[in-house]
Amino acid sequence: MTDSRTLLSVQDLSVEFKTRQGTACVLNGISFSLKRGQTLAVVGESGCGKSVTALAVMRLIAQPPGRVSAGRVLFDGRDLLTLSEPDMRQVRGNRISMIFQEPMTSLNPAYTVGNQIAEAVHLHQGASWGAAMTRAAEMLEAVGIPAPQRRAHEYPHQFSGGMRQRVMIAMALACKPDVLIADEPTTALDVTVQAQIFDLIADLREHTGTAVLLITHDMGAVAEMADRVAVMYAGHIVENGDVSEILQSPLHPYTQGLIACAPSARTVQPGEYLVEIPGTVPSLLEHGAGCLFAQRCSKAMPRCFQALPPLTQISAGRSVMCWLHSQAMECRA
Amino acid sequence: MSTNQAQGLSPMLHASSPWRESWRVFRSNRAAVFGLALLVGLIAMMWVGPYAYGVKAFDIVAQPFTGPFIDPKVWLGTDYLGRDVLAGVLIGGRATLLVGLSSAAVAVAIGVTVGATAGFFGGWVDTLLTCMIELFQVLPALLLSMVLVTLFSPSLQVVVIAIGIVAWTATARLARAEFMRLRHLEYVNAARTMGAGSLRLMLREILPNALPPLIVSATLIIGSAILFEAGLSFLGLSDANVMSWGMMIGNNRRNILDCWWAVTFPGMAIFATVLAVSLIGDGLNDAFNPKLQLR
Repeated sequence: MTDSRTLLSVQDLSVEFKTRQGTACVLNGISFSLKRGQTLAVVGESGCGKSVTALAVMRLIAQPPGRVSAGRVLFDGRDLLTLSEPDMRQVRGNRISMIFQEPMTSLNPAYTVGNQIAEAVHLHQGASWGAAMTRAAEMLEAVGIPAPQRRAHEYPHQFSGGMRQRVMIAMALACKPDVLIADEPTTALDVTVQAQIFDLIADLREHTGTAVLLITHDMGAVAEMADRVAVMYAGHIVENGDVSEILQSPLHPYTQGLIACAPSARTVQPGEYLVEIPGTVPSLLEHGAGCLFAQRCSKAMPRCFQALPPLTQISAGRSVMCWLHSQAMECRA
Repeated sequence: MSTNQAQGLSPMLHASSPWRESWRVFRSNRAAVFGLALLVGLIAMMWVGPYAYGVKAFDIVAQPFTGPFIDPKVWLGTDYLGRDVLAGVLIGGRATLLVGLSSAAVAVAIGVTVGATAGFFGGWVDTLLTCMIELFQVLPALLLSMVLVTLFSPSLQVVVIAIGIVAWTATARLARAEFMRLRHLEYVNAARTMGAGSLRLMLREILPNALPPLIVSATLIIGSAILFEAGLSFLGLSDANVMSWGMMIGNNRRNILDCWWAVTFPGMAIFATVLAVSLIGDGLNDAFNPKLQLR
């Protein structure tokens, strides 16, 4: 697991939030690693802890009410969780940067987009303002914005949603970061624009060698973009593995459900209902002893309600957290 | 607002900064433009008028209690000592306006610093600073500034600081509310993920977006600071060597029935100045309101 090419390694990360009703364990000892140039997709329904994972890596969880209660985030050999705040600021935007779901509100309305991209370059690389503005125009060109020299001097309100997301990507990649965290980068965009944005990210990853942590619930995007997949459910990584394995032979019933839910024109006939996973993600405040998915699982066994299954390694780089498979392993052993 | 629509190039075609857009709305507001013109006229009067007129405000030039519009040499009459009222009106605005502007600047500086810190950091910092704001709010403003002025010398600097210290609380509350609202916005978070520290977030990301209401509030403070200065001068708590409108009214208050002109004309000047500033403030308020911008 600690390959020399491993860039980001999250180990046993737990995050909890204090609420009036009690403490919610939003992340429960999750582990994953990201190699240089690789794309890891983190998938799951809303409320599974995907975004919190991203924020925890960036160390941007509001404290209070949040708290990283355990674990390490090793980036390039250093534990980000123990860095001083000024050191962490040098990592953010420079070595690890992030793009958000909401391109409409993620740009400051008071500045031109060129100014905002240049700011990051100026801040991290100590470039002169002129050089930074040149770089900003280069980046706008790289993300496919026509007439970048002119557009750099325009304000965010003069850009459409898809264009703004391109600007966000330009800003995030302006300092050539090692890791790009994309938190549902296309959720707020048109379907046609979504594909363009994914193409753009894939393209830039190819050119710059940036590793991408892609947070999404779009299985189509996962198939297109990801090398590896981590499926999250209620603060646990319930299954992870290479993208082809996960998509072709999902082991966890939740993963199977997610894949079945992704509609496709070929499988869905007119008049047919779309598949859904019954129920919703359980409250993170009250959970009994058993598997958190058991209530919604069609294959639940008595054992599933009694104890939480361990994360069991199935093969190299493939593990799953489900009694169906850890039992099988035990029998074989 | 039909003229506006006629010019109404759509904002997409009319590539412009938010500031330029606000200026466009401001320009189309007649009252605000009138206020601005009035203020410019008054400022010209204060700085050019005394040289053109050539009479010193403290000089005794004619019989005391000469009425207005009688003697063409002292057009607005003379006060109880025989000083030219017109000369006083012309030059007396300088001190008033300068004190008004600088004490508003002091008030805004204190208010924005305290309010921004409280709103941005929240938690115990906010609790502490809010307590401080409330403390200054419940202190009687006029009394506190009178104490400050009498405690130190009644010079213009002390008056500026005395007014600044009592006038900052409203700005602080406004800045606090704005910073609280803006600190959780996506672009502030995005700037944080780009590696910006707290000071940079406050000054570069939040402040420019919090500025419009603060500018409006600053304008209103200028108006009230002018009145405040006039009040202090009226009570004799200002620099006695600098002629000001408030002082003219104060000096002549005992003779108000015998020489109404010595009180009325400086009073009208104060009224005109405060009116001009308020009209500008209203215009800015409309100009910065995004909901009114696209009218």
